[in-house]
Amino acid sequence: MNTSALAIETRGLCKRFGDVRANDEINLQVSSGTVHGIVGENGAGKSTLLKMLFGFYEPNTGDILVNGEHVSFMSPADAMARGVGMVHQHFMLVEPFTVLENIILGAEGSKNLEESKGRAREALLELEEKFGFDLPLDEPVENLAVGVRQRAEILKALYKGAEILILDEPTAVLTPQECEQLFALVKLLKEQGKTVLFVTHKLHEIMAVTDEVTVIRAGKIVALRKTSETSSEELAELMVGAKVVRAVAREKHADDAARLILENISCENNQGQRALKNVSLEVRDGEVLGIAGVAGNGQTELLESITGLRSLSGGSIRFCGAEVSSQSKMTDAITLRRMGMAHVAEDRLKTGVVESMPATENIILGYQREPDFVSRGILKLKDIAAKAAEYFESQDVRPRNPNLNIGSFSGGNQQKIVIAREIARDPQLMVIGQPTRGVDIGAVTKIHDQITELRNAGKALLVVSADLDELLAISDRIAVMCEGEITGMLAVEDADEQTLGLMMAGQSQAMHTAVEAN
Amino acid sequence: MSVADNKLPWWADSILLPVLNLLAAFLVSGLVIWGLGEDPYIALSYIVEGAFGFEEGISYTFYYATNFVFTGLAVSLAFHAGHFNIGGEGQAMLGGLGLTLAVFMIGDVSPLLSVFFAIVGAALFGAAWAYIPAYLQAKRGSHIVITTIMFNFIASALLAYFLVGPLQRPGGQMPESADFPESASLMGIHELLAAVGISFEEGPMNVSLLIALACAVGVWFLLWRTRFGYELRVVGQNPNAARFGGISVSRMTIVAMMISGALAGMMGLNELLGEQHRLLGNFTLGYGFVGIAVAFMGRNHPVGIVLAALLFGALYQGGAELAFEMPTITRDLIVMIQGLVILFAGAMEHMFRKPVTMLFARFAERKAV
Repeated sequence: MNTSALAIETRGLCKRFGDVRANDEINLQVSSGTVHGIVGENGAGKSTLLKMLFGFYEPNTGDILVNGEHVSFMSPADAMARGVGMVHQHFMLVEPFTVLENIILGAEGSKNLEESKGRAREALLELEEKFGFDLPLDEPVENLAVGVRQRAEILKALYKGAEILILDEPTAVLTPQECEQLFALVKLLKEQGKTVLFVTHKLHEIMAVTDEVTVIRAGKIVALRKTSETSSEELAELMVGAKVVRAVAREKHADDAARLILENISCENNQGQRALKNVSLEVRDGEVLGIAGVAGNGQTELLESITGLRSLSGGSIRFCGAEVSSQSKMTDAITLRRMGMAHVAEDRLKTGVVESMPATENIILGYQREPDFVSRGILKLKDIAAKAAEYFESQDVRPRNPNLNIGSFSGGNQQKIVIAREIARDPQLMVIGQPTRGVDIGAVTKIHDQITELRNAGKALLVVSADLDELLAISDRIAVMCEGEITGMLAVEDADEQTLGLMMAGQSQAMHTAVEAN
Repeated sequence: MSVADNKLPWWADSILLPVLNLLAAFLVSGLVIWGLGEDPYIALSYIVEGAFGFEEGISYTFYYATNFVFTGLAVSLAFHAGHFNIGGEGQAMLGGLGLTLAVFMIGDVSPLLSVFFAIVGAALFGAAWAYIPAYLQAKRGSHIVITTIMFNFIASALLAYFLVGPLQRPGGQMPESADFPESASLMGIHELLAAVGISFEEGPMNVSLLIALACAVGVWFLLWRTRFGYELRVVGQNPNAARFGGISVSRMTIVAMMISGALAGMMGLNELLGEQHRLLGNFTLGYGFVGIAVAFMGRNHPVGIVLAALLFGALYQGGAELAFEMPTITRDLIVMIQGLVILFAGAMEHMFRKPVTMLFARFAERKAV
């Protein structure tokens, strides 16, 4: 490996969105002619980094160097002119157009379409031979399988002269067989002298194809490793962060009654694929059950199933001793709240609040039919305002102005408002997704303390988090989810970052091999 | 303060920008008039004089404005629920049909009863006509913009069928119904004023203006003071959050569109019950479409809608006067001026937003330094 020549280098690259530092002092070094992996959890800042490398975003500060030269990309066209090509997670292809038409799009080179097509065809056949492609150039893209479309995207980038190829989550949509083909292609590209930047959160892929790997967490680079000198366990640890600092001591609790029982539940995701496969869990009063796992392994669907937002295709859910959901039955969110279930949504801005409405209107969301906020269909504005002021005071929300749109508060203050809303009615069970995602450090401790207080008061809590530190700090038991199944359950005393990392990474690798074997 | 970043004070958003848009429309219109060899200033004074200069003119201005209040409210209510109802025109036609059927069915009774039935008939038919596209959107995913446009054409054909068929005036040749029963009529405002001793010239402005204003207040109250309105706005701004809050998005889509259709349908009260006293094939005259521009210009707020409706009412009435006074300015040119106002206020609503925002930002910066 030639470590002296760097295909891509960034120096102190920073990108802020409002108060959030999406990328903080990123010093990336990608050696020329290698396959370089970038791993990190969803939201770690991978996409932001790529978008800067490909000219979608301009960095706030810092430099990008391509082949040792300073560059400043104003648009993807600038990046392509420097030989940087990108294959997006969601393909940028015009479906009714043929492969050939898609490839020459933007690089026709002539006003006469037939002429440019003819010229491109020759060049493409040459490229195809060199890289072992066999694409149906005259087939409309919409008739092609996903894996073939991806190869068309790669060929498009090569045709436009890419020397450095960025693959963003390239396997997210591929079957195991297509993945193998992709890996083979990546190796071939490397042999032909191209540099490949392989971005993913699946660790076995990193182990399979890369030479070096950079780990990003919370907008920062936390490690650069030679792939041959690391393991998926180490990478998993680095990705989620594994320093255990237990802030608040938990009181000892006798085993209390099960508040929530999931029996063999299954459900489908929005694409109609099975997202949960026979999941069984129970959450007892006075305990925090943490759910760990790499994002996208069914956690979202689990939260939605429990909180009355997604119907089951099998199994049943019992809450407070009554069946609330099964294949033929679904209890709506408002009834569940009245039964004592509170829900802090995983994706705050997408589901938990209405960004463009003032905080006062957001504090009644989900409780807008309760008699203290509404009487005979009319909103009790004074009572709502008083309640909002009370929440702001008790949670120390800043700025102390409930009439501002909730979108103009920082993530931490938004979350404080949401938590105040959800704990106000003394719920028996709290279902919390990502309690501290996008929350500033100061607010994290306060939120963790509140979770522990609720637990000590005998409430049942189910917490899904991508942050292992967090789960280790607040949970009594931790269940690990992988590919829609519970792959492990540990008491927190027995759990440590290595074991959990192994369950998250090792199990998913085992699953992967099993799928391929079929 | 970082909170105010990239945001305009409310007055700049709801007053300054509409005024700028309006000025731009007038400027371009003025250039065209100037190009035709007429004096734009005099043309403008004819418009203002024609719309507000004498009692009958004022009556017409408010008469047209009444239509726009109904259709503007209809568009904005659907918009708050996240839908673009382009079908105000068709819903108004069906409202007119429902109104006509209702008044003929109830016959010549006490005026109050007759008007009550007329309102119910208009609202019900308007709502029913909006229900179909809403149902298709909520349950089948057909886009409401497309279906409501289609339904305008169907409504027009349906109305034509009724007016050359079952509802045609006996022995008549025109696509129009027989005259309504005597009792099916709304009092003119001049009659109302005369009753309290104020003399006002006779004109088409009638009590439906008050009904329209009551609807504006009602819409405001519904949207910002009731639980239903709250849920409606949540659905419009974030359907995911609505589901999270236990609100049925498909049900809300249907109900909001039906209220929207009912409001558009009530436009017939002004045109038919107030003025024509019979059903005419083309009585909607595009007022349903102008409602879109009115709603946008009024920033989807009832107060803004009433003001924007008044502006468009004045343009309709003043424009007619202008065409009468200046022979070189034809009827078509008036339509063009109205079109320009719609273009600048509706379609290019945000043209001045960016420069004004930048101006404010620079000003704020200088203040901070």
